[in-house]
Parts: sequence; C-alpha cells; structure tokens
Amino acid sequence: MVQLTLPKNSQISRGKSWNRPEGKGKWKEIRVYRWNPDDGANPRIDSYFIDQEQCGPMVLDALLKIKNEIDPSLSLRRSCREGICGSCAMNIDGTNTLACLKGLDEVTGPVKVYPLPHMKVIKDLVPDMSNFYAQHRSIEPWLKTDTATPPTEWKQSRPDREKLDGLYECILCACCSTSCPSYWWNSDRYLGPAILLQAYRWVIDSRDEATGERLDNLEDPFRLYRCHTIMNCAKACPKGLSPAKAIAELKKLMVERRV
Amino acid sequence: MSMRTPLKSARNLGSAKEGADHFWKQRVTGVANVFLGLFLVWLIASLIGADHATVKAKLANPLIALSLLALVVSGTIHMRLGMQTIIEDYVQGEFGKVVALMLNTFFAAAIALASIFAVLKISFGA
Ligand code: SF4
Ligand code: SF4
Ligand code: FES
Repeated sequence: MVQLTLPKNSQISRGKSWNRPEGKGKWKEIRVYRWNPDDGANPRIDSYFIDQEQCGPMVLDALLKIKNEIDPSLSLRRSCREGICGSCAMNIDGTNTLACLKGLDEVTGPVKVYPLPHMKVIKDLVPDMSNFYAQHRSIEPWLKTDTATPPTEWKQSRPDREKLDGLYECILCACCSTSCPSYWWNSDRYLGPAILLQAYRWVIDSRDEATGERLDNLEDPFRLYRCHTIMNCAKACPKGLSPAKAIAELKKLMVERRV
Repeated sequence: MSMRTPLKSARNLGSAKEGADHFWKQRVTGVANVFLGLFLVWLIASLIGADHATVKAKLANPLIALSLLALVVSGTIHMRLGMQTIIEDYVQGEFGKVVALMLNTFFAAAIALASIFAVLKISFGA
C-alpha cells in the first residue's frame, strides 16, 4: 500500500548504546534496527562498537560478533556466509544487499543495518518472507512437460543452456523486490523483480513445454505490468543480475505472441 | 489475522490474461505522438503571427486537419492509458480505483471530443 509516512507503532526511536570503544583497536560503530514482537514497544536503533581487528571483514561477521559477545537477543538470518543462500539479505548503509558480501570498510562512518524495506518484520532483522515465497510457488518453478520423460536426461543444446545464464544464479534473496517501489506499493498483486526473473527463467527454458500457459499466468496488469523499468532491481542485486532485463524480455514475448 | 494460506493470497483471482494490449497501445500511440507532435510544432511555428483567416485556410487543408485529428485521438488514448497506470499504481481500495478509472476515461473522452469538434469547426467553418 502507498504509505509515505510510518504508522505510529512503526516509528523508530533511539535505542540503547551497548558498549563504547575501549583501548586500542580499529573500532567501528554498528547501528542496528531492533524490534521485538513481545514487548509492545516501538522499533529502536541500538548501537554497538566492535573492534575490527578482532572481527572478520564483513557486516555479517560484525553482526555475529555482536550476537555472540555483546547481545544474544539480536535476531538475524544467515546460513552460508558466502553469498549463496540468500538468507542474510538486509538493508545496509541504505542499500539492500547481503550482509556476508558487504565489507565493513565499504561503509564510511557508522554502519546502519535495517531489515529489508517494506516487508513485515518478524523480529529485528528478520522479515516475513511468506508472501514472497508463495509468489515464487505461484509461478510453478519446476520443469513442466507433457512428452513422456526420456529414460536419461532432458537434452538441451549449448546455446539454449546459455540462455539461462544471468538467471539461474538468482538466490532469491529478495534484495531486488524489496528495492522496487512498485513492489512496495502493490506486493499483494505485483510479483516483483525476483519472481518475474524466475518466471522468465522457466519461460525461456528450451526443455519446458508449458511456455504458453506460463505466459498466460503472467499476463496481468498487476502481476507483470506494474514494472515501469525503474531499474532499482538491477542496481540492488548482489549477484549482479538484471531482473529488469528479464521483465523486458517477458513483455516482448507477450507482444510477440499477439502481433 | 488472515487464516488463508499465503499461496491462496498470491494466486488470488488468477491472471486477468490481459495487459499486453495496454502495453502495446501505449507504445504505438507513443511512437505516433512523436511524429504528430513534431508536426504540431511545425504547424504552430508556421502560423506564428498569422491572422485568423490564414489559420482557417491552413486547417481547411484535409491533410493538415486529418493530422491534427490523428494527434487528438492518439494523444488522448496515450494520456488515458498513462493515467490509468498511475491510478492502478497508487489508488488503493477497489471502489476508489474503479471511480478514478471511470473519471479518467470520461476526462480523456471529453478532451478528445472537444478537440475534434474544434478542429472540425475551424476546418469546415465558413
Ligand atoms: S525495473 Fe521493474 S521490477 Fe525493477 S525496480 Fe523497476 S519497476 Fe521494479
Ligand atoms: S535477482 Fe538478484 S537481488 Fe533479486 S532475488 Fe535474485 S539474487 Fe536476489
Ligand atoms: S549468509 Fe548466505 S547469502 Fe549471506
């Protein structure tokens, strides 16, 4: 929904300063969005100092150090810590990215860490991804065929396989979708860049036999056509992909099958 | 708290199987408007300082009058489609949206009809 100001219970206040730099070292301040569903209080920004000489180089390292050594109540998602699982997506220093790929030194001054924008917050840096995942499920992200399954594999030529480059690398982190204003305003009906990139990945897969049905399901003023080529998605993607381009290709196919 | 599953909400009422037409018309009228717009600029430039009779004589030329009418039609269709997009983006609530979409169509139609009438009147007028 278009909301240009935060509702009262989402307004952010200044939180607690957990520690101060002590002794020698390379101290960096990390300011983290905190919200606890159980205490009834508004969100707040807590401040922590970590010594970079005693910490790994990435923002995720700093967050885990905070959780392990300063404040165990801090909640965040992470798994692979090397940019492949997509679970540590958050808003760091004003841009959506993966905490495990963002270097502390890339940020001048305090590192400000928020959950992904415009998502419901479950706790602290953990957003509710259920709508995002359901939207992914709705595009049926699996190979669909009517021809009898071959005894070995479904064959694909090299040039056809290359068409999946720039698409299959997507780790569904949602950095792109949550940077897209159209997704902010209409995420209940607009599929958003990540899911549309995934949809395109199946539409152009040479082995998939449900291409027309897939396009039918996408051709909708809200599901697809809320994209206005604002390009935030391509800027945000930590894997360097361009959902905007995939969406443009989908729109082209929609025209191609009717003219 | 909704008791529907997220998938139920994501699938919602299904696809409208529509939208490519809007997209394509927007492009076609967009391209047409570039040429017709240039024509309008040329027409206005060529009529700077002209008196009423000269303007009338010029618009009596069928090619000029038809081009102007094409610009009115293409321009107002483009305007209506563009505004429709903005309404769908920003107006929340089904009722408000439907009303806004209707008013948008009425407004575009009114502009188109008034402009067509004006062009015809000058073109055919005594
Ligand atoms: S290009 Fe489309 S999907 Fe990407 S940010 Fe813009 S509107 Fe969103
Ligand atoms: S396209 Fe990029 S930003 Fe979007 S979900 Fe995939 S990996 Fe993440
Ligand atoms: S922890 Fe897996 S992408 Fe960052």
